Amino acid sequence: MLGFSMKHMLTKLRGGMVSPLALHRLGILGMNARNINYIARYNDRDKYPIVDDKLNTKRAAKRYGIPTPELIAAFETQPSRSRVMKIIEPLWQFVIKPARGSGGKGILVIVGRDGDRYKKPSGAEVTAEDILRHVSNITSGLYSLGGKPDRVMVEALVDFDPIFDNYSFEGVPDIRVIVFRGFPVMAMLRCSTHDSDGKANLHQGAVGVGLDLATGKSCHAVQRGLRINKHPDTEMPFDKLEVPGWRDLLRLASSCYEMTGLGYLGCDIVLDRKRGPLLLEANARPGLAIQVANGVGLCTRLRHIEKMDLEQLEKNVEDRVNYSVREFAAAK
Amino acid sequence: MSPRAQVYILAALLALMGAGLTIYKNRELGFPLLPGEYRTVWTIEAKVRFNADGGPVKAALTLPREQRNMEILGETFSSSGYGFNIVRENDEYRAVWSRRSASGAQSLFYQLDVHQTPGAPLEQPLDLSTEVRKPFLEAREQEAVRLAIYSLVENAHERSSDPRTLTTQILTALADKGNQDRNLIFGYYKDRSLVDVALIVLAAADIPAHRIRGLYLEDDRRRLDPEDLLEVYDGKRWVVFEPTSGSPGVPKNFFIWQRGGKSLLDVEGGRNSQVTFSVIANDVPARDVSMLSTSKEKEALVDFSIYSLPIEQQSIFKLILLVPVGALVVVLLRVFVGLRTSGTFMPVLLAIAFIETQLFTGLSIFTLILVLGLWVRFYLSRLNLLLVARIAAVVVTVVILMGAISVISYKLGIEQALTVTFFPMIILAWTIERMSIVWEEDGPYEVVVQAGGSLLVAVLAWWVMTNSYIEHWTFNFPELLLVLLALILVIGNYTGYRLGELMRFRQLVR
Repeated sequence: MLGFSMKHMLTKLRGGMVSPLALHRLGILGMNARNINYIARYNDRDKYPIVDDKLNTKRAAKRYGIPTPELIAAFETQPSRSRVMKIIEPLWQFVIKPARGSGGKGILVIVGRDGDRYKKPSGAEVTAEDILRHVSNITSGLYSLGGKPDRVMVEALVDFDPIFDNYSFEGVPDIRVIVFRGFPVMAMLRCSTHDSDGKANLHQGAVGVGLDLATGKSCHAVQRGLRINKHPDTEMPFDKLEVPGWRDLLRLASSCYEMTGLGYLGCDIVLDRKRGPLLLEANARPGLAIQVANGVGLCTRLRHIEKMDLEQLEKNVEDRVNYSVREFAAAK
Repeated sequence: MSPRAQVYILAALLALMGAGLTIYKNRELGFPLLPGEYRTVWTIEAKVRFNADGGPVKAALTLPREQRNMEILGETFSSSGYGFNIVRENDEYRAVWSRRSASGAQSLFYQLDVHQTPGAPLEQPLDLSTEVRKPFLEAREQEAVRLAIYSLVENAHERSSDPRTLTTQILTALADKGNQDRNLIFGYYKDRSLVDVALIVLAAADIPAHRIRGLYLEDDRRRLDPEDLLEVYDGKRWVVFEPTSGSPGVPKNFFIWQRGGKSLLDVEGGRNSQVTFSVIANDVPARDVSMLSTSKEKEALVDFSIYSLPIEQQSIFKLILLVPVGALVVVLLRVFVGLRTSGTFMPVLLAIAFIETQLFTGLSIFTLILVLGLWVRFYLSRLNLLLVARIAAVVVTVVILMGAISVISYKLGIEQALTVTFFPMIILAWTIERMSIVWEEDGPYEVVVQAGGSLLVAVLAWWVMTNSYIEHWTFNFPELLLVLLALILVIGNYTGYRLGELMRFRQLVR
């Protein structure tokens, strides 16, 4: 912070910017265009509660046969201390989440315990008191949009597929798939790093790995906007990375379209060792970082689907996935 | 119709309406488009003086009537101990002061504010009798004068074609010191003024005429006697003539007090009565002049507007009307730049506080409260409080901090810090709460980014909102809000890239 001069800042600013025409040519989707042309146009307001409240998402997923992490308990209102303790007591590993949290805020992951001391993935320990306070914070709406009172979910910790163990540091790797009108259009794997403090947010230093829609193989990887070839902490090269059961994962993502009724949708999916892909949450306002991770703009693919006629849009999940795999392969 | 087309049509309509009203107010009602425009308002004071005899007293002063080139903005009367009313007499207004008994020197005042409206027609119709009463000149000793007058009229008549030119000829002849007839006439009417003589000659020439009393408006003139002009009927309408030059038209800066009629002042029960005038020019903001002149006509646009509120509420609205401008700044920075702030419109509230506190005091107080508040909040977070109670605790802390800042700075003699009360404390408490969560979740760097972004937006909004042009326009032309609304609607349709995205996606291009 100290050593910068105005001149240095200006040259950096000018050098750090590209012309909007170049972005347009590459088909990069901007925030304003996303909000007006896709979210406002294809996502009906009344469908938002299904994705904005994770308890609703879970309920809907159950109806549509979409697998999700197991729900252990949910607190509608501020629970009494004994009620929380009664639920937590027998558990070894669990996740506490706000039902309406945004941007991964307010998620407390406990990976193990030592009597009264609960261990977080980073190795830090928290006490039962801390957990109770966290629950109380969630119910009073600290993490929800607009500070509205919220519900608390206690979920089983996903037994992560060890395939990603070498690609993630301290945290949970998850796969984000953008689904447009039922067609998967782009996917990425988010790997936490030491830099990102175990979080999977790209702007905090997590690695974004673009995944080839055809194969589930890595095609591009980026950390803090710069292209990389291997994980910065584990030194594992990304070109060997391949998501197992890729078709199933795409099918799951694609079927979220029917479940939510949202035209422009981001699905967050994790891989369970035994159960395969699980829907973690769906997002009606998925971010744009996926373009950086893939090194490709979204617009071209979105327009491709927008040009389709009604008949093509009425395909079932299997046909849609096949279509996407064929059309949006990275090699093309 | 697609929503986009609707937005553009709506925006165009709103912008047209706003711009149209603004132009109307500027053109027709004279509201100045730029700040700092001044108009001259003349304050004319008529002082009536007389010596009262000790009995009942009644003084009547003819008041000026409405005239097109001069706008009367307001009038005041002062007359201690006198009863006062205005009577209408033969199309003429007279101020009447009366008192049961008075003795000694008396002074009565009548004061009015006038504003010249340039470009307005000078003459206006007048409903006065056009009957000509020929002067009595049949007596023997008047023969020489009678012949002189008729010879002068005869000469003037030959050199003219109509009543107007005839009047001009008569007046130039009366001003010509080498004219024998003129010298003879003035020799006879020794103690009469030029206008008196001109009236006699005009009557002899069969031209209806009367006297106009008035004043030349010049700054800082005291004890002026009214000046006289002539008004002549040319067969169709009345025309004003300046007697010495003989040219038609009301001279510039001449304020007409009385047209025709009888005396200017009548006093019953007093002697040595006299009217003197004094004139002062004031430079008054053009808006105030427009306000005064339109309030008389009850212009609906002005009458049903913020100006009809009491002054105190007006000054509050002056601030409130700036909020949309601040909101526009936020919209611009969000949509075109993509700046991250804590709370969408929190910076606008901060900017309003900055307007009251001045920028640097405001910035330092805000930073101080934020830092101290965050510090207290970190301690509170360890106490396991419910959210609402915790925020309430932060509110109380903020209030205590504000009080402490006020008292300490006052004792230290830094009076500016007293303006701390203008900070919206609930908003501050929420900001502290959010910042502390951001700190816990995303680290102190993000706190600096968000607080810095908010401050940057607040300073920019403050800078725009304190611009003298913006202040002037929002308050004097609130209908410009419609244009602003149209602008926001159009911006809300922008689907291009943000400035921040040009940086964010730069790696994709290379």
